[in-house]
Amino acid sequence: MTTSTPTAGETPGGAAADDAAIKGTQPSKSAPDDRRGSPLVRGVVLAMCLVWTIPTIGLLVSSFRTRTAVTGSGWWTVLASPLDFTQWTVQNYGDVLFNSGMGQSFINTAIVTIPATVIPITAAAFAAYAFSWMRFPGREMLFVLFVGLLVVPTQITFIPLLQRFGNLGITGTFLSVWLAHTGFGMPLAVYLLRNYMGSLPREVIESAKVDGASEFQTFTRLILPLSAPALAAFAIFQFLWVWNDFIHALVFLGALPDVKVMTVNLAELIGQRGQDWHLLTAGAFVTMIMPMIVFFSLQRFFVRGMTAGSVKG
Amino acid sequence: MAIKIINAILAMAAGVGGGIALFVILNAVVERLPIRWERRIKPYVFIGPAIFVVLAFLVYPAVLTIYGSFFDARGENFVGGENYVALFTDDAIFRAIVNNLKWMVVVPAACVVVGLAVATLADRLSAKWESVSKSIIFLPMAISFVGASTIWGFVYAFRPEGRPQIGLLNQIVTWLGASPVAWLQARLFNDYMLMIVFVWLQAGFAMVLLSAALKNVPMDTIEAARVDGASERQIFFRVVVPQMFSTIVVVFTTVLIGVMKVFDIVRVMTNGNFDTEVIANRFITEIFTFRQFGRAAAIVVFLMIATIPVMVVNIRRFRAQESL
Amino acid sequence: MTGRTWMHRLAVLAVFSLLAAACLQEDSGGGGGTAGGTEGADGAAGPVTMLGAFTDEDGYFRDMINEYNEQTGAQVEYEGSADFETVAVSRIEGGNPPDILLFPQPGLMADFARRDQIQPLDDKVDRADIEERLQAGLIDLGLVDDQLYAIPVTINLKSLVWYPKKAFDDAGYEVPETLDDLKSLTEQIKADGTDPWCVGIEASGSTGWVATDWIEDLVLRQGGPELYDAWVAGDTKFSDPEIIAAAEHFEELVLTDGNTLGGRTGIVTTPFGDAPAPLFEEPPACMLHKQASFIFGSFPEEAEYGTDYDVFYFPQGEFEGKPLMGAGDIASLATDNEAAVEFLKHLTTAESFEKSRAQEGGTLFAYTDFTADQYPNEVDKRQAEVLEEADSFRFDGSDLMPGEVGTGSFWTEMVSYINNEKDLQQAMEAIDSSWPSN
Repeated sequence: MTTSTPTAGETPGGAAADDAAIKGTQPSKSAPDDRRGSPLVRGVVLAMCLVWTIPTIGLLVSSFRTRTAVTGSGWWTVLASPLDFTQWTVQNYGDVLFNSGMGQSFINTAIVTIPATVIPITAAAFAAYAFSWMRFPGREMLFVLFVGLLVVPTQITFIPLLQRFGNLGITGTFLSVWLAHTGFGMPLAVYLLRNYMGSLPREVIESAKVDGASEFQTFTRLILPLSAPALAAFAIFQFLWVWNDFIHALVFLGALPDVKVMTVNLAELIGQRGQDWHLLTAGAFVTMIMPMIVFFSLQRFFVRGMTAGSVKG
Repeated sequence: MAIKIINAILAMAAGVGGGIALFVILNAVVERLPIRWERRIKPYVFIGPAIFVVLAFLVYPAVLTIYGSFFDARGENFVGGENYVALFTDDAIFRAIVNNLKWMVVVPAACVVVGLAVATLADRLSAKWESVSKSIIFLPMAISFVGASTIWGFVYAFRPEGRPQIGLLNQIVTWLGASPVAWLQARLFNDYMLMIVFVWLQAGFAMVLLSAALKNVPMDTIEAARVDGASERQIFFRVVVPQMFSTIVVVFTTVLIGVMKVFDIVRVMTNGNFDTEVIANRFITEIFTFRQFGRAAAIVVFLMIATIPVMVVNIRRFRAQESL
Repeated sequence: MTGRTWMHRLAVLAVFSLLAAACLQEDSGGGGGTAGGTEGADGAAGPVTMLGAFTDEDGYFRDMINEYNEQTGAQVEYEGSADFETVAVSRIEGGNPPDILLFPQPGLMADFARRDQIQPLDDKVDRADIEERLQAGLIDLGLVDDQLYAIPVTINLKSLVWYPKKAFDDAGYEVPETLDDLKSLTEQIKADGTDPWCVGIEASGSTGWVATDWIEDLVLRQGGPELYDAWVAGDTKFSDPEIIAAAEHFEELVLTDGNTLGGRTGIVTTPFGDAPAPLFEEPPACMLHKQASFIFGSFPEEAEYGTDYDVFYFPQGEFEGKPLMGAGDIASLATDNEAAVEFLKHLTTAESFEKSRAQEGGTLFAYTDFTADQYPNEVDKRQAEVLEEADSFRFDGSDLMPGEVGTGSFWTEMVSYINNEKDLQQAMEAIDSSWPSN
């Protein structure tokens, strides 16, 4: 799979190549025989990795320190005597999880995020199938609409959407954020999925039709499973975006304990006194756990799904 | 608690299932139509919900906002282009526009450069280390802007000279014998300090796509160049990079779209003080703190107009691809 | 896996869950859907939602509400958000207003009142009784065009200076009686080799308010309450010589080289809650810290009032008299809800205060029914005395000014000025030009 690798965009069969993009199992461009890299290369990569991890390590270390310690000395000072357990505390996590409503917020965030990820995927998958494999008047014009909407700033909808939701009596409910995020995520979903589905080989679809499958069956039995990488890629995007979103949740849901999401809770940990850095660090970590899990379990699909139709070598 | 969790699961199932049920029902209805009608209508049934959603939740509100941008603070009296004039006469808003332009130039380019550098260098490491180093650079993508701002708060924190530093960067600076620097307050470079946070978050995304493109550059073009006696540097800039160009454009535009909406980092770290204001943050302040709806609308309409060139490039690229 | 059947199953499941969710909704009132609101507000037992900027970190307020709910059968629920304005505006624009809004700023309340988004209270509560029980002058905070739109609940004092008692006494310093004394005290501390002041104005989204408090206190002390009122109302400009003179006093006291720990850069970068920490070092890295009553919540837990720290009244200036500046929370009604009115009344009882914010500390009750000796901790007692000794009270001016100024340009221009980006005159003129014309 070196020189003759098909481009990712054209066949899902090129998947292995894309996996390799993350896992690095594919032979390299520069020195196919020996991939240990010169000391300079190794040094630069190591330096970059340090720059990329040290800030997060600082947060992690700080989250186990007392309030006075966090504001009194740098987190790295503990590295001088890491085994001095008197300086460590799990109190911050206890406070965040049990006294600040973060547990309920975790559930709320999940209630917001899962449907806000699945609903746009469902609608977009049907639309992308139609755009890829059905012929109908207005097809290209409608698709261009989605491509154009990719760049529209979502803030533009705030006040009018709030007012319409108000008329419907659904502000402050999960339904309102599901709908809003479905709208905001739809252009990217349709765009990514269409690019991917459009690159599936025509023969597969033709043969299914010969076998007498309806459009619906072809779609659910054949196209959906084949499109898993693109579905996963968009799912990661949308999941991270909704899970980490602060402003839309604040505006459409508010801060009542029943609906408050984690980012809103986190922003509140800064508190009126402005000074609960120790809680903020633990809170930040708690909010990061779920996205990390989703991210690492789905990342192998990510490149394959993202690059269809765009990476043409 | 148990009831809450059951409720949560039911709410999710209702949301998810409701979406799917819609299609099943619509499809069942259409399949009962005469075949000729079914053929005609079915594509619209498939795209209908998606179209409806973007029309209802993006296009229609956007049109209302554009309309609202010609009215006063409470949306009652027509004021013509007054709100748009304010964009350029109000110092704070004008500064936000200038800063956004800075972000739009620097950040996407920085993401591409960093992403390309990591992709290329890691490509020269053993499989295991390539994988590890890429995962590390990729990881921040999972972190929220609010979380990232907290993380970088501990990097940029400033304490007066002679006091124990709690910010990493100032600890290094003082170890080197210099005076601590107020990174986020120094007008000369504080914008760039905020941009670094964004690059830190997004470079991994750029790296992954660029890495995939790099792996797809045909080996024989490189071999040919090597046979012709080209240096590694020449090979990289004259052979490899040009073949990755379409991916670079994709990465650049995707990051650019994100940058134009940047809001949380600025909100949390400086709230636009010290000349770091950006359009999206100004919009939030105008709309919720000052309740100047008309002016806020004008700001966001301006932001949308600024995205039109990107939109056009996107559509062109799509058309070009389709005609291949 | 055949696509069609699993899709059908999911659809059936979905319909059932919708029904089930709807049923559970009735009982628990949470989880899946609406967050309470006005619907179903029949009589005194209906749900009441209350939104405030105060985030109730210690939970005393929540406990007080729970007790109230148990005793009266009401269903009050509190929503505290640091982004109060965003949530309040969103909820109101979205047709889902909370029943009670606990405003941290009268200026914001007045804006809501002028938009008819909160209700006049004159015929809902006994205004005369409230006016009589309130601390002097506080009723004005709830008035818009002489109609009562909000009732004050709690206040905090801003005209306070905190100092490390023991080190302060050991060094032979004395609590200043006038601004001139304060100036010479500052000189004396500096001459003894300590930075006199600790000042920190960083506050994330609201950076700058600490500095505006300084200016306000000085305007009040140098020019007196009348000038203060005219300035807050917009009749006297920021660039007026008297206002500039007050700000110059701040510059001399705080911004002079060597007067403040960390200098100008230290001031703008230090989070306001971290600012007092140097008072508690051994020896203290600074001796004076001007800040509102609630700041002692940020002091080290082991610090003791009376030995490690004490507080004095920010001394009087050229104006004859002892004016006091402070802020506080005022409550308004956004819906027509009987139960909410009842709870609003409950908030004005000494009992509700005693069980909630008094426990937390750092806040004083807006009503005279709760006297200085009733406060559970010594610091609050001392502050209540300061309140009783003062001869006039003025609310934090930036909270009364229009939002564009009070929570906008006044903050940001003070930051630019202290950070040496603008000189005083430029900053003040910039604030003047941002004052809304209508």
